[in-house]
Order: sequence, then C-alpha cells, then structure tokens
Amino acid sequence: MSGRFVRLAEQGRPTVKLIVDGVPIEALQGDTLMVALLTNGPTLRQSEFDPGSRAGFCLMGACQDCWVWTRSGERLRACSNEVREGLDIITQQPEAIWPLRG
Amino acid sequence: MAAARIVIVGAGPAGVRCAQTLVAAGFKPILIDENRRDGGQIYRRQPEGFTRTYATLYGTEADKAKDLHDSFDRLRAQIDYRPDTLVWNLTPGQLCCVSQGRHTTVDYDALILCTGATDRLMPIEGWQLGGTYSLGGAQIALKAQAVSIGHRVVFMGSGPLLYLVASQYLKAGANVAAVLDTSPLGKRIKALPKLMARPGLLFTGLKLLAQLYRAKIPVHLGIAPVQVLGDPISGVSGVRVRSASGATLTVDCDAVALGYHLRPETQLADLAGCRLRFDEASGQWLLDLDEEGRTCVSGVYAAGDGAKIRGADAAEHAGRLVAMALLSDLQQPVDVAQVAEQRQALKVMDAFRLGLAQAFPWPAAQAKALPDEAIVCRCEMISAGELRRTVSEKGACEVNRAKAFSRVGMGRCQGRYCSQAGAEVIAAAAGVNVQEVGRQRGQAPVKPLSMLTQEVAP
Repeated sequence: MSGRFVRLAEQGRPTVKLIVDGVPIEALQGDTLMVALLTNGPTLRQSEFDPGSRAGFCLMGACQDCWVWTRSGERLRACSNEVREGLDIITQQPEAIWPLRG
Repeated sequence: MAAARIVIVGAGPAGVRCAQTLVAAGFKPILIDENRRDGGQIYRRQPEGFTRTYATLYGTEADKAKDLHDSFDRLRAQIDYRPDTLVWNLTPGQLCCVSQGRHTTVDYDALILCTGATDRLMPIEGWQLGGTYSLGGAQIALKAQAVSIGHRVVFMGSGPLLYLVASQYLKAGANVAAVLDTSPLGKRIKALPKLMARPGLLFTGLKLLAQLYRAKIPVHLGIAPVQVLGDPISGVSGVRVRSASGATLTVDCDAVALGYHLRPETQLADLAGCRLRFDEASGQWLLDLDEEGRTCVSGVYAAGDGAKIRGADAAEHAGRLVAMALLSDLQQPVDVAQVAEQRQALKVMDAFRLGLAQAFPWPAAQAKALPDEAIVCRCEMISAGELRRTVSEKGACEVNRAKAFSRVGMGRCQGRYCSQAGAEVIAAAAGVNVQEVGRQRGQAPVKPLSMLTQEVAP
C-alpha cells in the first residue's frame, strides 16, 4: 500500500517538501503532519509497547497515538501540527534528552 | 462587578454563544481554546487555502456553521481570545495553561467549561491495528483535510454519527464498504415517540439512511463485533462480525471508523471539585448541574457536550443559558424571556437525547464478552484478561485501584478511550453494576506535557 489516506478534494494547493526518517516526501500546504505522512505511507510510528505500527486514532488531540519527533527532539502531535517546508521528522522516539539548567 | 474575570474554556458552539451573550452584557471574557481555530469539533473550520463551500462541508448544518463562525468573527475584537492553548490544570481561581511549549497562568472569578466531548469507544479484538480510527476522527479527516481514512472504509458502532459520517464519506466520493450497527431495529422503533421531539432531525436521519441504501451500501443492524482483522505491521485488512441472525460476516477493508456516540470531557470540572452523577439513560458519569449550567462549586459553570451529550444545537442554547446564569449570579440584569426560551428549547433536546440513548444503546454487554486476549488499553497494549486478573487476584473492584494495578487508564490518552469500557470489564468480573465500580478520577496534567515546557513570568 502506498498511502493509507486517500485525497478526495482540495488537491490544488501548493506543495511542501519535508523529510521523514531521512526520506524526502511531498505534501500540500495546509496538510497536518498526519495527512502528509499517511498519504505517503501506511503508518505513522512504531508502538512502544508491542512490535506493531500505529497510524493515529482520534485526530482531535485526545488519544496521543500520533506522536512524531523533529530531528532536534521536539515531540509533535501529527494530527494537530501543520506541515512546514523543510521539516525533518523522525517516527521513532529519540533518546530522551533531559534539559539541563542553562 | 464589571471587572469580574470571566474565563470560558472551549470555542465550540457552547463557548462561542456563551461569549457572545457575555459581550452583549458588557463583559470581555477570556476565551481559551486548544484548537487553532474556533468552531469546536463539530463546526471545525478547514485550514486557510481550502475552498470547499459551507454546503459541501456541513450539509444540512451549513447555515448553522456559517452563523456560528460569523458570530465568532464579529466577537473576536471584543473578547480576549487565546487559541492553541491547553488548560492542563486548575486550582481555585487560577488556570494553568500551556501554549506552544510555554506555561502561563490565568486568574478567574468565574469559569465556564465548554470542553466538549470525544468519541465513546468499546474495544474489539484487533482495534489497536493501524487503520482503526474513531468515528469522529474519520469525520475530521474528511472535513478538515479532505481525505478518507482508507481506500475501503467500514463504519462500525452505533449512534447517529455512524450514519452521518458514512453518508458524508459517500457524498465526498470515498469507498464505503459497509455500515455495521450494534443496535437492532426494534430499539429504534421503540424510541420513536421520544425521537419525535425533533421531527426535523429525525427526518434528516432517515434521509441519510435512505442515501446509503440508495447507493447500495450494505447496512447491517443488530450486529455483534467480533474482530478487526489484519496484522501489526501493515494494519487493518477487514472486520468480522456476527449478524443479527447469528451468521459470521467478514468485510474486507483497510480502515475502520469505530464509535458509540460520545463521552464528555469532564477532567477540568473534576479537578475543580465539581460533583458528577451516574446517568442511567446513557450509562455514563455526567456533571451534576442545575438546569442552567451551575456546578456544585461556586463560580464554576459548564455547558455543551462536556456537560451533557445533546449535540451542537443544544450546545448553542446551553451556552447562552449558562452565560445568563452567570450574569444573574453577578447581579446583572437578565432577559427573563430569553432564559425561558433557552430552557424550553433544551427541554425538547433532552427528550430527544433520551430517545437516542434508547435507539442506539451503549453496548455494555460487549465488555463482558470480550475475549481475554483483546486489548482494552490501546496506549500500552493491556488486555481484558490482565484487567480481569486485577479483580480476581487482587480484589480491585474500583476503577482507580484497578488502574493502579493494571495501568488501564494510565496511558497517554489518560483513559479517554478505555476507561468506560474498562469499568464495564471490571464490573462484569466483579459481578456488580457499573456505577458501583466508580469512575476514573481526573488527573493533572489533563493531557501530556512536554518536559521542555517553559514557565513564562505572567
């Protein structure tokens, strides 16, 4: 399967380029990260509690099943953050970096 | 008292109508909303640059959606609007908020919670597979992003939203594989007298159903969900159910939209110390309010689906009514005829609510029948068997105790999608009524916060 989500309308928007796990993908301006990732592939992230893949669930910021990370370690809810040109996303939880004072 | 600091949480139909009523009375409320744009979930606005019309987006509700958005646009300069802001905790007189990674506090004299609802879920074996979405989530995908959640979608569960979203998908050109409803026809026929409280809405519902039949979409009533089929890596490949006649029915699909009507978001009210009561009709805990929206805590009010699941029209009335209750408590003049009008409208919607609860009942018995290996907690992959063992081996017959032992309700969704079904599993294992096992307590932060959240001086 190429993409999980299927675009039905609003396809005339300008494209935005971003990187997911090192691979460049194209999305449309106004897409959420979730739509950008799931129109390009079947899953969003790896479950931390079993070998399964996840693709989100509620799309309204309640279930937290769509977390992805920026390369700098910032956690983003894919359903409620829009794509930005050049965004560098990773779909596996990075090593925890505890913010130190200063 | 014109300086009373009034904070409304939530910019859906209840929150916007509440703000509008307060502005008309000379106040300037703070309106905090977690979303980027107003409208709530039901009248969620599509992003800038999208071009679909109101009629395309909201169908029969287009005029109401436009009116609410227009009202908000006119209000915007007269209120202190804070979008993209989560209220994650509160103490008496003060809210803790986070916006774009920064923490701030907001003081209040009066707080009106218009926090809305989420889908109400009953687990099914395999519902953790990628491609299973909440019914409301499936609707948001279409409305806010113009996408279908899959190439071939099954709609399963019960409630009016099941038919609404399926018909919206159909109209938008998506491939609807089947509509599978756990409620049998007989329940709906018995509920008709109550549903006649809103004949127009009942007719709209029947029209949606007719559209599905006309498009030859298989619609099965009185089914029992058995399993979402698929594998952990590639996700959903089908659903299996038992039909009303007892036959096994398998439908191929790559996405499932699942839901059983709605549950209220009561965490903030709970943290404020507001009392809840068990509602027999819907089988869930709701805020204990007076008829105008006052909680048992002085200065704390609630309206909309977060207070009682009655839908968007009722939320608009309840938002106006709660604002007038607050004005009256602040010794401000209130239009008595307006109050009576809102109360009368809500009475009709209450009757309809009871009809819906009867026509599309919460399938509590499914929890008892869940196989031990079925996952109850999607967040942390905890099975029904593990939850049952906390009852049989540890004697945990109360949901918060069972949560501590099993972690069901402790994951990142904080019980939003497992706690009601979990309570049913516990009650069935303990052999008691579900209200006797209690309800999961609200905990701060009401949604996960990042360790990187910074405090900003007020």
